[in-house]
Amino acid sequence: MSIRSDREKRDEWLAALRRPLPFPFGSPTWPASVARPKRRSVLGVNYETEWARRYSVRLARVAWTELVTRPLTTAVAQPSVEGLDRFKYVEAPVIFAANHLSHLDAPLVLSVLPEPWRHKLVTLAAADYFFDSKLKGAYFAFSLNAVPIERVRVSRQSADRAEALIADGWNLLIFPEGGRSPDGWGQAHRGGAAWLAARSGRPLVPVHIKGTGRLLPRGAKRLYVGDTKVTFGAPIVPDLPARQLVGRLEAAIAALADETTSDWWSARRRAAKGSTPSLTGPEASPWRRAWALGPSPKDGARARSSADQKRWPPRP
Amino acid sequence: MPRPGFVLEVDRSTPPVLVWHGEGFRLERLPAERSRVVYAPEPLAPLPDPDAAVRRALLEPLGDSPPLPELLYAGMRLTIAFDDLSLPLPPMRRPDNRQRVIEAVLELAAEAGVDDVVLIAALGLHRRMTDAELRHCLGDRIFDAFAPYGALLQHDAEDPSGLVMLGQTDKGEDVEVNRRVAESDLLVYVNINLVAMDGGHKSTSTGLMSYRSVRHHHNVRTLQHSRSLMDRPNSELHSSAWRIGRLLGQQVRVFQVETTLNNDTFPSQMAFLQKREWEWGVKDRATFVAASRGADALSPSAKRALFQAVLSPQQMTSVQAGEVEAVHAATIANLHRQQLVEVEGQSDVVIFGLPHVGPYNVGSIMNPILVMCLSLGYFFNFYIGKPLVRPGGVVIVSHPTPWAFHPVHHPSYIDFFEEVLSSTTDPLQIEKLYEERFATDEWYRHLYRTSYAYHGVHPFYMWYWGAHALEYASNTIIVGGNRRAVRRMGFKPATTLADALEMAEDQVGRDPTITYFRCPPIMLANVH
Repeated sequence: MSIRSDREKRDEWLAALRRPLPFPFGSPTWPASVARPKRRSVLGVNYETEWARRYSVRLARVAWTELVTRPLTTAVAQPSVEGLDRFKYVEAPVIFAANHLSHLDAPLVLSVLPEPWRHKLVTLAAADYFFDSKLKGAYFAFSLNAVPIERVRVSRQSADRAEALIADGWNLLIFPEGGRSPDGWGQAHRGGAAWLAARSGRPLVPVHIKGTGRLLPRGAKRLYVGDTKVTFGAPIVPDLPARQLVGRLEAAIAALADETTSDWWSARRRAAKGSTPSLTGPEASPWRRAWALGPSPKDGARARSSADQKRWPPRP
Repeated sequence: MPRPGFVLEVDRSTPPVLVWHGEGFRLERLPAERSRVVYAPEPLAPLPDPDAAVRRALLEPLGDSPPLPELLYAGMRLTIAFDDLSLPLPPMRRPDNRQRVIEAVLELAAEAGVDDVVLIAALGLHRRMTDAELRHCLGDRIFDAFAPYGALLQHDAEDPSGLVMLGQTDKGEDVEVNRRVAESDLLVYVNINLVAMDGGHKSTSTGLMSYRSVRHHHNVRTLQHSRSLMDRPNSELHSSAWRIGRLLGQQVRVFQVETTLNNDTFPSQMAFLQKREWEWGVKDRATFVAASRGADALSPSAKRALFQAVLSPQQMTSVQAGEVEAVHAATIANLHRQQLVEVEGQSDVVIFGLPHVGPYNVGSIMNPILVMCLSLGYFFNFYIGKPLVRPGGVVIVSHPTPWAFHPVHHPSYIDFFEEVLSSTTDPLQIEKLYEERFATDEWYRHLYRTSYAYHGVHPFYMWYWGAHALEYASNTIIVGGNRRAVRRMGFKPATTLADALEMAEDQVGRDPTITYFRCPPIMLANVH
């Protein structure tokens, strides 16, 4: 009897603990007749990253990039770099626009960029993916100097923020495809990078990344080690309307891809003729598109030996 | 964009609401489905550059007044009068509006080469201000330039040589005004229009006149017919003040400068006092608990000292200058912009939570008579149209109502409370039997003129201020007050708000409708 009584007492005690504290020690109740105001989210595109560009945080990021990001990325992706000389004499800030295959892309570009570009670079990252929690947002804002950008819809806030960053002298890294490739092939470009270049008057530097899609593709559960290649193109002066710039940028990155799989002269000749293979792959059934990419890293030794035998763009 | 005033219909999910209780506050749960809470509008944005606005107002006056520089010339006698320490509430942080305006007026006077300038605190029958209080209102620059040379005066309504009779209005009201004002070429009156009752001709006809003049509008008849005191067209008090002020204006050129404030009443550390309870965050709740528990732990005098030290962060929302009536019309429009709350219908019971300070206890004690004046005189009259409570309804007031008086500031209040209220609480009887004696008592006169005492007749006026409410409501219940003091005033004491509501049912029937007027911040209910 006494045991049961003790248990009851304990249950009562626990129930009292679980009960919310009365106002004012606990939160007030909300009157039913009063509409609750919509709270402005502090996540997503509203995530505030100003703190990540304070001098103290920048110093910490330099250390993080040099001691963690670069050694790790270099160890995993083993990058080779081409075309750095093409923008050597361009005045900052510029907009780096790259194709997007993997989460490795941003740290890879950050790792291979020389100074003074590397530590004066802001990465525009998908607000809905990288800034959907405070912890993630803080990590990416710190490590990549990432800034949220709306990719689902046109957002004046995102555009104004990016423009303000350029005006402050920050170089931008943008992935104009709007997200990682779902199948290993490129996607049609969205207008954001070109619009920003046209609006700010700063040059676009096309960047082609090869190989990261094989090491950490979308949906991958593990990371593979392998070779990658980053090719920088000649800066594009934004002397065209934004709509035309989009096509020009897309063509420039496709030409860099062509250059990666063939040689510069052949790629230039195809570009001049307008016969550069498209980055978006063959218009065929899904299995043929997958087939055209060659073996996956999961295929082990076969994959590693044929890693550079990408079948698209096709060799001439 | 500040939110307008708001009437909350109380339901079961409404949290307890904050009720002021003198130097403290309580959280009270109101009966659901028959109670409502009137919340004040949020503070308006202040003028971005008040000094520029003041200068513009002086140069572009309203009404048929020329710009101030055209009224100023070398060799003239210029008098600048200003509202006393009863405004604003709580006292505002420096710089006070009066400092800003008077400095701008003096700049223009200096440019015009005016030498004979005197500043007068328009005390009316209020107590004299201390040097520290004058310094706070006017700023160091003005105080140091005028006070040492005897050019900063305080109006003395009992100085036989300092008053001049200008005549009588068509209703037979005596107009006896400060001699310096009467002999000036220009009177610039600088006001702070904290509530709709202030300003206009009332500024001069109360602040700069003698008892012989003031008694014509400060009496039971006018106050019973002022419905309300905050609605000038329906206020008998203002009608009288307007007649007196107009007669003064025929003989002395008056240039009126009126300012309004936003209702940002309490410092940010006490932000919870201005927030709606369901919007209180962790910080608000923590400061509420700390402030209320802290106040409970202090002695009454320590509590009073602590609360009286609070300065409000109120800021100027408008300034207008020129001809008195045109200026005042614009002032009232600006005041309504900040204070007006639309309320639908009356209720059986109205609840007022009184704060620590009213117009007549700045730096002092809120004695029982001032509790009556603040609740039935001011809070009850914060309406346009009709009162928040129905005729024959009940007024519930929350205040400790201590049997305590400031011996220096309120000497005649002590005798009024002991002698007058112990025999009758009827304003008409009080006026008839006692007013004259107190008003002409030499000792009170001496204290008023030489010490820091309110005039001998002042407690009578405080009582008259509530005459309309006394006549209108069937009962007044004071929650948490000193029982003897409450009974002395003819009111009923209650220990808790729930008890008071039970007691109110004796007058207004079961399950009465209730309005809780959550003031401060100050607001004005437009009751339809």
